[in-house]
Amino acid sequence: MTPFDNAQGRPRDFPVIFDFSVPGRVGSSYPNPDVPDTPLEQLIPASQLRKEPAALPEVSELDVVRHYTRLSHRNFSIDEGFYPLGSCTMKYNPKIHEDAARLAGFARLHPYAPAEGAQGALRLICELEELLAEISGMDRVTFQPAAGAHGELTGLLMIRAYFETRGERRTKVIVPDSAHGTNPATAAMVGYQVVTVKSDARGNMDVRALREAMDGSVAAIMLTNPNTLGLFEEPILDVEEIVHRAGGQLYLDGANFNAVLGVTRPGDQGFDVMHMNLHKTFTTPHGGGGPGAGAVGVKAHLAPFLPVPVIERDGERFRLDDQRPQSIGKIRAFYGNFGNLVRAYAYIRSMGADGLRQVAETAVLNANYLLARLRSRFDLPYDRLCKHEFVLSGARQKRQHGVATRDMAKRILDYGFHAPTIYFPLIVEEAIMIEPTETESKRTLDEFADAMLAIAREAQDDPEVVKTAPHSTPVKRLDEVRAARQPDLRWKPR
Amino acid sequence: MTPRGRGGNVTTGVERRTQHKYIPATDAEREEMLRTIGAASVEELFADIPSRVRLDRPLRLPPALSDPELMAQLRAMADANVHSDRAVCFLGAGAYDHYVPSVVWHLAGRGEFLTAYTPYQAELMQGELQAGYEYQSMLCEITGMGVANASMYDGASAAAEAAVMAKDLTGRGEVLVSTAVHPEYRQVIRTYTAPLGLRVTEIPYRHGLTDLDAVARALSPRTAAIIIQHPNFFGCLEDGAACAELAHRAGALLVCAVAEPLSLGILEPPGAWGADIVAGEGQPLGNHLNFGGPYLGMLATRQEFVRRIPGRLVGATVDAEGRRGFVLTLQTREQHIRREKASSNICTNEALLALAAAIYMASLGKAGFRKVSELNLRKAAYAREAIREIPKFRLAFEVPTFNEFVVRTPLAPEEVNRRLLAAGILGGAPLGRWYPELSDAWLVCVTEQRTKAEIDRLVALLEGFR
Amino acid sequence: MYPKDLRYSSEHEWVRVEGGRVRVGITRFAADRLTDVVFVELPAAGAKVTFMQPFGVVESVKAVSDLYAPLSGTVVEVNPALVDSPEVVNSDPYGKGWMIVVQPDDLRELERLMPVDQYVVAIGEAAP
Repeated sequence: MTPFDNAQGRPRDFPVIFDFSVPGRVGSSYPNPDVPDTPLEQLIPASQLRKEPAALPEVSELDVVRHYTRLSHRNFSIDEGFYPLGSCTMKYNPKIHEDAARLAGFARLHPYAPAEGAQGALRLICELEELLAEISGMDRVTFQPAAGAHGELTGLLMIRAYFETRGERRTKVIVPDSAHGTNPATAAMVGYQVVTVKSDARGNMDVRALREAMDGSVAAIMLTNPNTLGLFEEPILDVEEIVHRAGGQLYLDGANFNAVLGVTRPGDQGFDVMHMNLHKTFTTPHGGGGPGAGAVGVKAHLAPFLPVPVIERDGERFRLDDQRPQSIGKIRAFYGNFGNLVRAYAYIRSMGADGLRQVAETAVLNANYLLARLRSRFDLPYDRLCKHEFVLSGARQKRQHGVATRDMAKRILDYGFHAPTIYFPLIVEEAIMIEPTETESKRTLDEFADAMLAIAREAQDDPEVVKTAPHSTPVKRLDEVRAARQPDLRWKPR
Repeated sequence: MTPRGRGGNVTTGVERRTQHKYIPATDAEREEMLRTIGAASVEELFADIPSRVRLDRPLRLPPALSDPELMAQLRAMADANVHSDRAVCFLGAGAYDHYVPSVVWHLAGRGEFLTAYTPYQAELMQGELQAGYEYQSMLCEITGMGVANASMYDGASAAAEAAVMAKDLTGRGEVLVSTAVHPEYRQVIRTYTAPLGLRVTEIPYRHGLTDLDAVARALSPRTAAIIIQHPNFFGCLEDGAACAELAHRAGALLVCAVAEPLSLGILEPPGAWGADIVAGEGQPLGNHLNFGGPYLGMLATRQEFVRRIPGRLVGATVDAEGRRGFVLTLQTREQHIRREKASSNICTNEALLALAAAIYMASLGKAGFRKVSELNLRKAAYAREAIREIPKFRLAFEVPTFNEFVVRTPLAPEEVNRRLLAAGILGGAPLGRWYPELSDAWLVCVTEQRTKAEIDRLVALLEGFR
Repeated sequence: MYPKDLRYSSEHEWVRVEGGRVRVGITRFAADRLTDVVFVELPAAGAKVTFMQPFGVVESVKAVSDLYAPLSGTVVEVNPALVDSPEVVNSDPYGKGWMIVVQPDDLRELERLMPVDQYVVAIGEAAP
């Protein structure tokens, strides 16, 4: 819906909710107090009383419904179309999970309800821990982290506590140059110096460089496997040996766990701690940026350091245990994003072992199929079997036609798809990172491949149409420079 | 199910598989795709994984459930919980049982919002971005602050990030944290700050409030911030203005944690009395209790500190035709650009809950927000005065409160709760687990959800517990 | 593109000697690579800066770079125009886009910086 200003023929701004505000209008219904109408000044000191009411909009219920429904039409979601964002695992989010998470027994359960009144929730968390321990090959799992980066923080804090207990002072964390930005940012938050190790010509971690960087001052290496190039780290066993021999710990960024479910387990690859993005691999919806849920699995030697409380099973009874003297403490209030644990639990129970393995196999099949269809028209910096995703380069289009990857990404929007992840990983020039996931049909993959090939042709024959894209979205290309130079971060009455 | 031998056989296009509803590829399509790839089997696509790390058996998981079976099992688990529809809830302590208008989740739960990713392609994601901008705007309105981010994980982690932010802003190495701040928030602050060498000094409470004399004694040129909660963990109203003055005189910042933002309908907002950073919990703004999560971390600060705020920010700009549009902005603060020098490692946030909060605040509107706040205040005051009259029960702190207050009980609070639960009431939080000196103290919460009749029934039951 | 009367650092700062003081900015090469500059963070007058240590930050929408001091000394002047108009770093890097004026501790440190012919080779814009 594009409202037009007829007087000037120029599209009008889409309204903000405040634009609908009319003094005196209401959009909610609450009872009058059924308790005595004591003057407020007798309940709280006059100095504490709010002088000006908060200037929230004064709108009707229908105003609210229409406004946010229209906003929803100005969004792009998995429910609407293909979302090949590399590293984000934008798979279908089953509807039954939403019904499950909204059951009153889950959604309206208070976190401080006594344990005897929360046995169903505690059982679910405990069973989910058992399921994920088996899937990952780790010994214990905590669900307190709210997201992947929060899981990284939890994992590195546990590693730090582990070395402190052993009286070892280690100061560095190694990350590959292809790592997610959260890895170095997390290491810095935990007080570690970041050492970057480069990737080799096959897209693996450079084992020789790792050997040189590794010594007794390194606490951990943070690896993503398959890595952000969508490639399995072939020398994983060498990496494991080098790091462990020097007394370091192996951290797995599990963002790409979808590729290997039931095929290989991080615990068996030698990882000591890993996070799992339940909002990627285990289907909890991304919600436009969150909430996620970052489960962190650890081997037994790190279990004493898990955040409190942990949930313990005594036969068929479940309890919260916060008497753990070596724990790193808490990294958020309560127990984690429980609503998403319900969804992840439902997913694993509906897939079973065979279903999860089919997830990995099909995700990898889909990615290799798309790669096969696209490889002739785009540069492919690492020509190998990919796992669940692959990274192309738009360098050829930029060099030959002046069309940047950013332009092609914007043009994809016009074809009715979300764009792939672009300009990441940083080690690939004009990177285009594509992850189809297992929930997309061959028909969808073909449509997307056709669109990408068409754009490659356009870049050659009609570069302007690509460079000025998108043309069909609710707004045209947005001025990010202006947004940063003159930050306008809140609405103010004119 | 397909039987599997040892050796990590991978299903091929030829082998018969169980077709799953979330995985559309059929056997015929698999074969066609394999031909395009030039591989003989799916197995070949995994050839790069060393055999030593392959799983040579199926995962040991319970058999897959059909949808009706799954739903029955989940319902049984849900039914094993005592939730706020089944028991009358007088429990708060950082998670609040408020009425959630039907519009909130009918709108926020729409698939267009629910199943969208972070708005990296702004042109396609104006809905999410604009809702974020509206949320930031409304959060500024209720807190009286200049700028708010698009969300953090929860109130506790937001408070911890605020402490780190204060360290960066002041270049100082100590924060003073009131013991009247939620105990779990304090735990999280300690967890986040310890590796950064930021020292946490706890300030005792007196008569239910942060001891300002102790604050004055503890302040030094090393103090980066004073962290209080308002209303505090005991439900009591702090003298925020006095705390802010003490902080500013020492060149420190005042961080105000707000666990119950509905209090801001009736209380003077932190921005009006000098708070520098507001870190809060947005669960009360339209979100359900969810057994503790997902919740909504709120972070707002002064305009001049905007470049030090962690997390995502939505900003307004214009498109190529001059039309207003929204983008994620000032992203150089964030991990994907600044990496180890970022203001935080936060990436995924709680955008959907910020959207729900925006819808909730818009629904309540200017008058409704105040009305709900006032209902909380009045009902809690009624309950407090009624419980005060019960022999052997007494109020722990004789200071003004919002929708929670602390009662000293003649029986152990845990025992009080056991008896109440048998009568269908979820009692308050026993405080002894966090405050040994308050082992007979019970934190009662009364929201707008509670009727006079329910409060009277609670009081009648308590009268029988003497 | 690269004025002959300036000296250049390996981190793409330029230095212009003005009497006993030096004016500092970033080169055309650095400004182009950053793309549109949206924010410049500079020290206050009176701050000490140290040879090849960071003294500030320059940001575009998608990139951020530390600014390195080409000389050790004391900041005596800061370009006030960059607060509201950071774009002058792109449009006029050697003029209106200057960043700080430094009172050097030792002008001989200039010898550690490159003359223009050496700099253009370093950035690959001229053959060695």
